[in-house]
Amino acid sequence: MPEIEGVENTGGVIKKFLYLNSKAPYGTVYALEVLEMILISAAFEQDVHVAFVDDGVYQIKRGHDTKGIEMKSFLPTYRALEGYDIEKLYVEKESMEERGLRAEDFIVPVTVTNRLAMSHLIASMDVVLGG
Amino acid sequence: MRFGILVNEGPFNHQASDSAYKFTEAVLRKGHEVYRVFFYYDGVNNANKLSEPPSDDRHIVKRWSELAKAHNLDLVVCVAAALRRGMKDELLAEGFRISGLGQLIEAGIQSDRLVMFGD
Repeated sequence: MPEIEGVENTGGVIKKFLYLNSKAPYGTVYALEVLEMILISAAFEQDVHVAFVDDGVYQIKRGHDTKGIEMKSFLPTYRALEGYDIEKLYVEKESMEERGLRAEDFIVPVTVTNRLAMSHLIASMDVVLGG
Repeated sequence: MRFGILVNEGPFNHQASDSAYKFTEAVLRKGHEVYRVFFYYDGVNNANKLSEPPSDDRHIVKRWSELAKAHNLDLVVCVAAALRRGMKDELLAEGFRISGLGQLIEAGIQSDRLVMFGD
């Protein structure tokens, strides 16, 4: 990983970061640029959590075919997150079920969490970022 | 208290940049510290010095520059988001600088609260 400005300036502090993905994977740039934030935070050795709610659950659904829209599929990047020790992934149960999805439809292992538990998870974080 | 500010939308289309500015100004007025203002997504367009709104409208870009000057604020534009959108050093208004996303993560670590404006 290239050298990142500021990475030496954390004083050993480890905070709980949550990346909250609520937007569909394509159509807007949010999903892609949240993923870029997640990758950078790995270099800071923070306690990283990633959650998927609303249409955000589609971001990790198997089988994105982006050829027709000439955009890069970022599924391979999600699959690689494990290599950066980012393994705390959560999908909101209600969002998943409302869209007819099951945990097996995702390309990475996730913890399925109901809406109430998700609100507790968000409340327990130090920094919540997303789009 | 020490605040980090994240601006995720460009000027004018959304009120997010106005709200971020007003919040930052209020925080400073109350005697708190602002560790950094970070501009991400279309938020990078808040740094465009070529922006020229009509004279009876607020000048969002200039307003950030002036606040930075008065309070020695660190206004950081994300390099990856900026390059995608054609925002380069030669377009930067006074008081802004371009740097990496790591500056946002660092602000999250160093601040008591990181407050996000925009989607």
